[in-house]
Amino acid sequence: MSTGTTKLDVVVSDVVPINDLVTRFHFRRRDGALLPTFSGGAHVVVEMRDGQRTRLNPYSLMGSPLDTREYTISVRRDDAGRGGSLFMHRNVRPGMEMVISYPVNLFSLDLRARKHLMLAGGIGITPFMAQTAQLAAGGGNFELHYTCRTASLGTYADVLRERYDRRVRLYHDDRDERIELDRLLSSQPLGTHLYVCGPSGMIGWVCDRAAALGWPAETVHFEHFAAPQPGAPFDVMLVVSGKTIRVDEQQSLLEAIEAAGVDPPYLCRGGVCGQCETNVISHDGKFIHNDHWLSEEEHRSCRKIMPCVSRFEGRSLVLER
Amino acid sequence: MAAKSIISRPVYGTLSPQPGKHHLFVADAEGALAITDLAAKAPAGFFGDVHIIFIPGHDGKHVAALEALKPAQFYQGHSFASALPRLKQTLANAHMGLRLYLAGTEGLIGQAMQAALEAGIDHTSIQTEHRGSLARRMQCVHCKGITENVITQPATCSHCGLLLLVRDHYSRRLAAFQGVCINAEDRSEIPPMEEIFR
Repeated sequence: MSTGTTKLDVVVSDVVPINDLVTRFHFRRRDGALLPTFSGGAHVVVEMRDGQRTRLNPYSLMGSPLDTREYTISVRRDDAGRGGSLFMHRNVRPGMEMVISYPVNLFSLDLRARKHLMLAGGIGITPFMAQTAQLAAGGGNFELHYTCRTASLGTYADVLRERYDRRVRLYHDDRDERIELDRLLSSQPLGTHLYVCGPSGMIGWVCDRAAALGWPAETVHFEHFAAPQPGAPFDVMLVVSGKTIRVDEQQSLLEAIEAAGVDPPYLCRGGVCGQCETNVISHDGKFIHNDHWLSEEEHRSCRKIMPCVSRFEGRSLVLER
Repeated sequence: MAAKSIISRPVYGTLSPQPGKHHLFVADAEGALAITDLAAKAPAGFFGDVHIIFIPGHDGKHVAALEALKPAQFYQGHSFASALPRLKQTLANAHMGLRLYLAGTEGLIGQAMQAALEAGIDHTSIQTEHRGSLARRMQCVHCKGITENVITQPATCSHCGLLLLVRDHYSRRLAAFQGVCINAEDRSEIPPMEEIFR
């Protein structure tokens, strides 16, 4: 059960291929009413009925928060992934009825900031599409630095340059263009907030440099949806519901719990929001923690697990669920 | 040390060196001792990027001790008001990487923080340490006048003359505690005045 539990019945109003890897999907309400308002950085969880499986993947809303006639998401096809993005690319067609969650924002702008400095890597550009639209409408001060592999894979780079001109700076890996990060971070006026979305290596690098250069933690915001990593199958006993379940290689623990008919709380499904935190009653084996929610100390304690992204290897695992 | 109370009552910590490119200290009177204590924990070369704005107490002490730390810049003001333009100018020209440290009386910490908030620094990113007097800066909620250095409970508003209960209710925006009329029902009722904010 998602914590904002209300779902939205939508219809796919358009499917637009953007480049070799990315396709944009438009959703409107089936009853024709306006969608709920959202703020830049929000995401929705899209439910995919894929045969017997239900896939639930979070995607950032990339349209302008000022236009709630439709929601738009952009999905990068991951051929080696667990299949959610492939389902979107292969099966979703205009006119199809789907269910999505209410928007949730775990990556919102801090509107007290004097300036917003945004760093995007690859498909990490999507939340900034909404945030820049929101800021531009209110005369907000922002600067976007966007790194992509090649110009042809620079999703929406042309749109952003067209809209915001020199407020957008592009870096192409194939031309060996790199952000001069230390210089960029040290030349920002007091009161600037930093936002990072992209591959985890980029997020780690930017957060580390910002901390070292004296950016207080309150001024650094990042979003990384860790897709659940596949791994060896394992068995779990759920004591509250009295069930023993098997987590398959390509399935997350949260998905396996849901497939068994148990309805645990969740929000982001990416290891950041903390909603699905679950107590461990006993275990014999080792945890593979992949979340950004629990502290290192909690990881070591082996008393909690985030079932949306983390796994287990060993003989037995008993959870309070 | 200020006692714990309602949530809006500020709590202060102990200054410690933060990662950063520049370090701005604002202190008054015994607040200087918080800086010299920090110096003992600071990495080598730390004071090469330090700017100190100091307002000595009536005894004029601690100036030499601060100068001995060899900060990159040292400014001595006669009052907070006389130092404020320099503080505002420094913040206006600063870049991210500047860290702010405030030490001394609550009035100084509160007013310097007020300038920092206006410059876009989040209050949680500021290092503070209370030293010296517990005297309060108080706003009369009736006439809105600010009375400095309030040491009694209740206290008389220096603007409208009402007798005020000095609350722990604090405004970061105004850098002042709230004073509320203590005998609004019956002005002839005069509770005893005690010196409690020393």
